[in-house]
Amino acid sequence: MSDFHLEPKRSDAIEKAAQSAVPVTGTEPASFVKQLKGFWVTFRTMFKKPNTIEYPEVKPEVQPRFHGRHQLNRYEDGLEKCIGCELCAWACPADAIYVEGENNSEENRMSPGERHAKVYQINYLRCIFCGLCIEACPTRALTMTNEYEIADDKREKLIWEKEDLLAPLRNGMLMPPHPMYPGSDHHNYYRGEIKEAHPSQDVNK
Amino acid sequence: MSTQEIAAETQVEMITVMIDGFEVTVPKGTLVIRAAEKLGIQIPRFCDHPLLDPVGACRQCLVEIEINGRKFPKPQASCTIPVEPGMIVNTQLTSPVADKAQQGIMELLLINHPLDCPVCDKGGECPLQNQAMSNGREESRFEGYKRTFEKPINISSQVLLDRERCILCARCTRFSEQIAGDPFITLNERGALQQVGIYEKDPFESYFSGNTVQICPVGALTGASYRFRARPFDLVSTPSACEHCASGCDMRTDVRRGKTLRRLAGDDAQVNEEWNCDKGRWAFKYVTQKDRITTPLVRGEDGELHEASWPEALHAAATGLEANRAAVLVGGRATLEDAYGYSKFARIALRTNDIDFRARLTSDEERNFLASHVVGTNVHYKDLDRADHVVLLGFEAEEESPIVFLRLYKQVRKRAMKVTAVAPFASRGNKKLNAELIATAAGNEASAIGKISGLTSKSVILIGERLSESTGAISAAVALSQSSGAKLAWIPRRAGERGALEAGAIGNLLPGGRPVTETAARVDLQAAWGVEGLPSSVGRDTEAILKDLHDGNIEALLIGGVDPLDISAHHHDGLKKAFVVSLEIRHSAITEIANVVLPVAAVVEKSGTFVNWEGRPRSFETAIEESLTRSDVRILSMLADEMGTPINLPTVTAAREEFNSLGNWEARSSFTPVSPTSVSASGNQALLSSWRLLLDAGSLQDGENNLAGTVHPSVAVISENRANSLGVKNGDLITVSTSHGSITLPCEINAIEENSVWIPRNSVDSKVIATLGVASGPVSVVKA
Repeated sequence: MSDFHLEPKRSDAIEKAAQSAVPVTGTEPASFVKQLKGFWVTFRTMFKKPNTIEYPEVKPEVQPRFHGRHQLNRYEDGLEKCIGCELCAWACPADAIYVEGENNSEENRMSPGERHAKVYQINYLRCIFCGLCIEACPTRALTMTNEYEIADDKREKLIWEKEDLLAPLRNGMLMPPHPMYPGSDHHNYYRGEIKEAHPSQDVNK
Repeated sequence: MSTQEIAAETQVEMITVMIDGFEVTVPKGTLVIRAAEKLGIQIPRFCDHPLLDPVGACRQCLVEIEINGRKFPKPQASCTIPVEPGMIVNTQLTSPVADKAQQGIMELLLINHPLDCPVCDKGGECPLQNQAMSNGREESRFEGYKRTFEKPINISSQVLLDRERCILCARCTRFSEQIAGDPFITLNERGALQQVGIYEKDPFESYFSGNTVQICPVGALTGASYRFRARPFDLVSTPSACEHCASGCDMRTDVRRGKTLRRLAGDDAQVNEEWNCDKGRWAFKYVTQKDRITTPLVRGEDGELHEASWPEALHAAATGLEANRAAVLVGGRATLEDAYGYSKFARIALRTNDIDFRARLTSDEERNFLASHVVGTNVHYKDLDRADHVVLLGFEAEEESPIVFLRLYKQVRKRAMKVTAVAPFASRGNKKLNAELIATAAGNEASAIGKISGLTSKSVILIGERLSESTGAISAAVALSQSSGAKLAWIPRRAGERGALEAGAIGNLLPGGRPVTETAARVDLQAAWGVEGLPSSVGRDTEAILKDLHDGNIEALLIGGVDPLDISAHHHDGLKKAFVVSLEIRHSAITEIANVVLPVAAVVEKSGTFVNWEGRPRSFETAIEESLTRSDVRILSMLADEMGTPINLPTVTAAREEFNSLGNWEARSSFTPVSPTSVSASGNQALLSSWRLLLDAGSLQDGENNLAGTVHPSVAVISENRANSLGVKNGDLITVSTSHGSITLPCEINAIEENSVWIPRNSVDSKVIATLGVASGPVSVVKA
């Protein structure tokens, strides 16, 4: 117990800085040369490209692997990739994801195979953008976009529902529910063999 | 019974073996895998189940075994080999050979097992998943195509089978054959195409099919109502007790966000072992039906029910009950604490003994029998295990108390225990029990009971609630028990009846079996309750209460969870005249006529205790904490306060503690036998007999369509001679009628007692009491 210190020991770095500090001496104005030297920095900077970004007028580009808000992806014919397995919810260290699964039926097919997510919520008040959920996803249904503007003025608005998270329909996609591509089963989807929707799938027309 | 208990009782030889370098002493006959469990050594397994016969189907539990210095040439399945003296066992923990063998078996099992864990319901609680992690290879070496089947197939409306996930452990088929006695599923085909299948002609209509889902070690068998609903980490599990019958199963209730998602059989070796019936497992949606009552309702001047605040409703109820002579009907579903609340409320606030928990056909003979032979007694499942002869009187074990049936079937299968049944015909359950049938028309049971002989002090006589419908039958059963020394047990159908009896929710008994007519018993209770002058005359029973409501001798009724059509089709206008206060969870026939309706908590929303037929308390805790509803006893306490006659039972715990502190009254009243009557029928008339099927139109099964899909079809059972005289064949429609109404059902020709016709008592198309107005006696049977 002999080397127990009541006062914290000052580290070497602090010691060194204290010694090298310039002592404040005199109150008379600096010499003209010294002033010119100082203003030269200001003058030179006027011709440099500014570091400031005029956010929100200007949106900065982020790195491609930036962890932004999530997206629930679709197959090329518009069916959802999510099977409601809850592995994302299981992986989530912040308990930010809530999923309820449901059967697919012929009248109400949201995804290939037997199962889809009836409820899918991400609570962005809790999400820490660690990305464990997208690593857990067995169908690559859940990925993260580069979008970072999620702030809002009400807590309730920060719980994103499935329809908020779903990827938009691109060309060749149909809005589920609709049947699977004719002559295919879920294995064809999982192998990436479905390239676009078939006209016969458009039962909502 | 545990292995130690068996060893202690039968003086079994003990054997010491060495497992992984540790010595363990176990009774002779113990399997190696169980001896290892005693040491805390977990050998991976799939087919092994402590309650099923060993089969050695999955080969996952391979270990190295050496006896007296001689080694088995190959690893052996530890789930099929009993311990022997001088045995040395090396499991995967100490033997590289065993470890490699287990990894090899796991690799073979996984070859055809699909990688669809994300879709599979078992994911997260799957023995295959877990043991593949603990005892399998990290990488798969399989590069071919996996075998696939069309999926899933319904093996009944509530059990689905994904054949590609099956690892052929034969747990489900062994359960169905060995435990339930319903060999409706089996392993078909051979080799890689081997699969679990059902017979084309016999659907998997077992009352115990849900257990196969629970014991399946992979996700091959799944329940239709839980399919894809949740993951184990979503669920908050609460140990609970089953509210559906008097068997008293230990259960587990799994809840997510204030909603029950599934219920599983709990593990209680003394009671339900690890099993339960499908009703207990799947019938829980009645709680979330749309007709749930959420606020107090008071009937206004306009004759309609209006939502009201609690103070307003309590005031209305208190005023009505104070101003009129009131009686109490408790119903058979109340917990012990709630029944105690009703019992105390009737005595203190209403100053009456006019209380009865029997919401069914009753008799004074039964009430006296309950007071003299049932209250405070204990006959256990263990007594059934040891019995030499079991007699079933007015009791269909499989339909009315399925876990009692499983226990009986276990002994019948193991040692051909003798079972005798007094019934009109051999039902499916009694056939499985190989029961000797004394074919008797309903109403003539007393003389049939007199014919039973050969009982000893190890025999058990099980009396169902229906025996009270036959005059003198209970007296005959008591006489039989007295002359032979056989144990006597009463098995009601509903979960709360035995508890309500103990709580004194009946006209001739106070709580703890205190006879109302005995001054010392009343004085004892008055001291405990701190009141004076408890009513001293025997109260009315259910039928008398209904009749006196009709006649105007009683003007008010406090009623909890009772459907009047269970009791009688008459006297309903009496209910309309009376001031009725109803404590209910859902809208029913009573809410239509009640003056005040107070919403109460369902079983999952409250804590409490059921007392099962053994007299064993089955306590349970609140499963759904979010609920705002209150237990009956709390509401009765508030109502009593409002009336100015407090009963001081503000919580379930308070009621439980107060009831336990009262203790049992030792002295029993004596039983006065009733002389039997006999009934007969002639011509077109037949003697009606009926009982409730396990799955029927009961209100606690509402909302569960998958369960309703396995309800046995309603039939009218008649004898061959009657069928010939009516000119009908199997399946032709016949009509059973009384002056009150008629029921038409397809007939089934069976070896039924000649004068009898049997129809189910409360099925969708056969509501006997509501339609026919009677439950037994002569009815006319004609071709429809």
